Amino acid sequence: MITEPVISLVNAVLFILLAPLAGGLIAGIDRKVTARMQGRVGPPVLQPFYDVGKLFEKENMVVTVTQHFYVLSYLVFMIVAGALFFSGGDMLLVIFAFTLSHIFLVLGAYASYSPYSHIGAERELIQIIAYEPMIIFTAVGMYMVTQSFNVSAIVNSGIPIILYLPGVFIGYLIVLTIKLRKSPFDLSTSHHAHQEIVKGVTTDFSGSNLGKIEIAHWYEYVFLLGVVYLFFGFSPVIAVAAIIIAYFLEILIDNTISRVKWQLTLRSAWLIAGTLGIVNLGVLYYLKGVIMP
Amino acid sequence: MNDLVFLIGFPVIVALLMLLVKDKIRNYIVIISAIALGIASLYLLIIYFNKNTVFFDIPFEPTSKIMFIIEILLAVYILYLGITFKKYFTVALILLQAGLLLFLEMGLIPGIEPVNNLFIDQLSIIMAMIIGIIGSLICVYALGYMETYHNRHADIKDRRKLFFFILFIFLSAMFGIVFSNNLIWVFFFWEITTICSFVLIGYSRTPEATNNAFLALSMNLLGGVAFIAALIYIAIMDPSGKLFGLDSLISSGYALAIVPAVLICFAGITKAALMPFSSWLVGAMVAPTPVSALLHSSTMVKAGVYIIVRFAPVLALTTEGFIIAMVGAVTFLLASGIAISQSNAKKVLAYSTIANLGLIVACAGVGTYNLMWVAILLIIFHAIAKSLLFLCVGTVENRIGSKNIEDMGGLIVRMPKIAMMMFIGMAGMFLAPFGMVISKWAAIEAFITAPFGLIFIAILAFGGSFTVFYWSKWMGKIISVMRHQEVVEDTVKKEKWAVLYILTGLVVGVCLAFPLISTYLIEPFIMNIYGVTTRLSQANFAIMIMMICLLLIMPFSMLFYRTGSKHVSPYMGGRTMESEMRFSGTFGTMRELSLSNYYMEKYFGEDKVFYIGTLLCWGLLLIAGIILAGVVL
Amino acid sequence: MTYLKKSPWVIHYDASSCNGCDIEVLAALTPVYDVERFGIINTGNPKHADIFLVTGSVNEQNKEVVKNIYEQIPEPKVVVAIGICAASGGIFRECYNVLGGVDKVIPVDVFVTGCAARPESIIDGVVTALGILETKRLAMKEKGNETMDKSGSAV
Ligand code: SF4
Repeated sequence: MITEPVISLVNAVLFILLAPLAGGLIAGIDRKVTARMQGRVGPPVLQPFYDVGKLFEKENMVVTVTQHFYVLSYLVFMIVAGALFFSGGDMLLVIFAFTLSHIFLVLGAYASYSPYSHIGAERELIQIIAYEPMIIFTAVGMYMVTQSFNVSAIVNSGIPIILYLPGVFIGYLIVLTIKLRKSPFDLSTSHHAHQEIVKGVTTDFSGSNLGKIEIAHWYEYVFLLGVVYLFFGFSPVIAVAAIIIAYFLEILIDNTISRVKWQLTLRSAWLIAGTLGIVNLGVLYYLKGVIMP
Repeated sequence: MNDLVFLIGFPVIVALLMLLVKDKIRNYIVIISAIALGIASLYLLIIYFNKNTVFFDIPFEPTSKIMFIIEILLAVYILYLGITFKKYFTVALILLQAGLLLFLEMGLIPGIEPVNNLFIDQLSIIMAMIIGIIGSLICVYALGYMETYHNRHADIKDRRKLFFFILFIFLSAMFGIVFSNNLIWVFFFWEITTICSFVLIGYSRTPEATNNAFLALSMNLLGGVAFIAALIYIAIMDPSGKLFGLDSLISSGYALAIVPAVLICFAGITKAALMPFSSWLVGAMVAPTPVSALLHSSTMVKAGVYIIVRFAPVLALTTEGFIIAMVGAVTFLLASGIAISQSNAKKVLAYSTIANLGLIVACAGVGTYNLMWVAILLIIFHAIAKSLLFLCVGTVENRIGSKNIEDMGGLIVRMPKIAMMMFIGMAGMFLAPFGMVISKWAAIEAFITAPFGLIFIAILAFGGSFTVFYWSKWMGKIISVMRHQEVVEDTVKKEKWAVLYILTGLVVGVCLAFPLISTYLIEPFIMNIYGVTTRLSQANFAIMIMMICLLLIMPFSMLFYRTGSKHVSPYMGGRTMESEMRFSGTFGTMRELSLSNYYMEKYFGEDKVFYIGTLLCWGLLLIAGIILAGVVL
Repeated sequence: MTYLKKSPWVIHYDASSCNGCDIEVLAALTPVYDVERFGIINTGNPKHADIFLVTGSVNEQNKEVVKNIYEQIPEPKVVVAIGICAASGGIFRECYNVLGGVDKVIPVDVFVTGCAARPESIIDGVVTALGILETKRLAMKEKGNETMDKSGSAV
């Protein structure tokens, strides 16, 4: 007889071990697909692993040693957030841990006192405040449908959440663009190629620190796509298909739309959260008795 | 009972001593009495934490007479000041208030003899701990601060005797508010705190300080008028005077209690500086920093929310309660927004205080049992973290001579210990797994089951993200490393360090001990009122404690990295940067690098947002007034 | 295992060229040549880079910049000088403010000839640089702890 805490623990450990592999692969496929969309051959699918491996081979170079602390904290709390999520923990707690980890990245960028990192940090913060309300609405919406904030309960509810929360789902996809650092919302830093603020938040990180940031991104991918899974938790097959389609859409948007200014990012994210999110939740709230199981 | 009387009476004695003694002896007396007050409030905790509500019967008549005389004397004093400074609005208010008071005392009260004038329950204990421990710590801190303050501002007359006199009188009045069951007494202490705040804001007697002091006074007097109106209403409704007891009023049911409850909550809104009255608290920041820490963040403004929390059972699930909650929620959202646009550290703290008080009122106004739990939690966490931040800012201000956040760049190098403490204080305000986030989390979970909860959740989600923004950018400012700067913090006094260390310890300690606080103080209190209580799940407790421990361990990772890293200058687009943060610009000139944060004036400009807030909140209050008039008629 | 060869990130700096070589460098990033096939990314940030591509000659104005960028690239790193200007000063050689090739200010590992250098030869130069990069990495690994102790310092 396997008890629930044991399953949670196993899930968390599996996440910690496997998420970087999955995340790295996703990043690799992302780059390959992007290249194909641009009519290029593109790097090998395993390229992200080569990159990170390379970064760990490089010299340890910093502006201040405190950078090490912030980057390590960023990675650790990203893992904590993800592990909590996959062990079926409380959605809100996961979101707060997730925010915490990002704040560490921002602080790391501030610590170096370089103009590029600084603007990157400010923009990263703007991104955080742009997506946070929508992510909270996502959790609240799931609660309204399943009566629980617990990820395990949400998955096991067997309710087709997507049918109740279509607006929230679209809103989530839009903030997902911000989170995946995809154009048009790749304000603070973008994954490949450089932009007008050099590399934004990551400008002053190099070597193993940059490698850790990259790994944290992999964990983040898996977590973010895990949330997409929740919407379709009633059927794993559909869920996986939805994740693939959603991610493909993100890549398509990335390659077809140019970067916007932070003002537009903030406004559009809030507008989406404020309309799609709230309206969807509001409808759900007042029709509780009518359409809810 | 003696302990309550001691806590109210002892500060008065100390205050009188303050008027007499010289500088040196003052230091000893303040430190000793601070320790005494701290121990007394801890003693209170140990004795009463497992007894629910305990009432004490202090004779009403003689005490009330004395109070009445003091009130009239103070009214005359303010009348005099108001006329001297030509503040006729204040004069009108004080005349109105004095008239109502005379009517109450002469016409209605004679003949009544309320019993159970003092009481203590878990909420009083929590408030007493905040006043007794944080309050007295701030008094100790003020010793060193005021000395430096007068050294720096030679033009301001040294009135420290008066300063400490008022400070201790204030502590006594605060204890009075939280221990009084008799509303007439609550009102007396309430007015004392208003006047203490007035004197302390105007301490420097510059024109700005005087104006702001009168602004604060008139807004609080407005609340006072509402309070007195509530008392008169009670006296008319119930000539026996039994309803003057807080407990009997609250349990008397909606029909009787709602009018005084709303009136007193209005007084609470003015005291807690919610919109539309927030301007007085912002203006109050001209006062010396310990005053801001004590009166305007951790205790006096908390009296405003305290009284609203007390009346939460009456407000629960009523339209009036919903409107009051909306005032709180709107304040939370807009004040958080304004805080983004501010670069003056004390103003950021002020707006953050206003925002958090708004959130507490939003919880208390809706008033379901789990929201009540959140409200009390917020009171505790906010008091500790915010007073620490105020004192840190005060110390920094004394050292570097500026309250501007933009001047705090590289504080981690210049004042490493203070910067660390500020860091912890700020983390306490907005980062998981510290206090305020625990509360935010619980608030979301509680609002979701409350009527119209969705509105509050939306406000909380947006307001919460504003909060993240303004704290993070400030944090980023102080932790940016500029190596050329020298350490300037070794001149800070010993007792100041002691106070700061204790407060920092409390910020972390209270988060670790919060399951205990919840189990032994808050939950029984709520159980008592609602018959049900709330709690976070044990598993989540455990996870949070693990996160705190992880956070505490993380900094040690730096030991591991101390060696083995090559240091380079920040990337400047290829420009060489000297250690003094200067780089070669065009035409061979050397230019200084300076970075500034985003303030988003266009979106969160103070005037614009405050205007919106004032309109909204006056509108809400007006609706509440109309409903109330309907009930009365 | 060596990942360095599989993921060389470059920073491209235009010292004082006629922009001919720069256009050729950028051409290497286009779909026709697609250097990302080899994991090559143009980072635009020395702190992320392994290979420093310099075009054009070095003059009084930019010698500090070239040095600065070089210093900010973490070890192991290689410098590829692209075009005749970067090798010797080229047609700008006689200018009053020109010092000459890139090797006047920083050590250069690979010279790519041509005016302008063709994308093929640029890619070839980078591939040659990868071999040098690998030897440097091994050398760095051997020195290992020794350098670690020397370069370490507190905040
Ligand atoms: S080598 Fe020729 S093409 Fe290249 S920069 Fe010099 S002049 Fe221009």
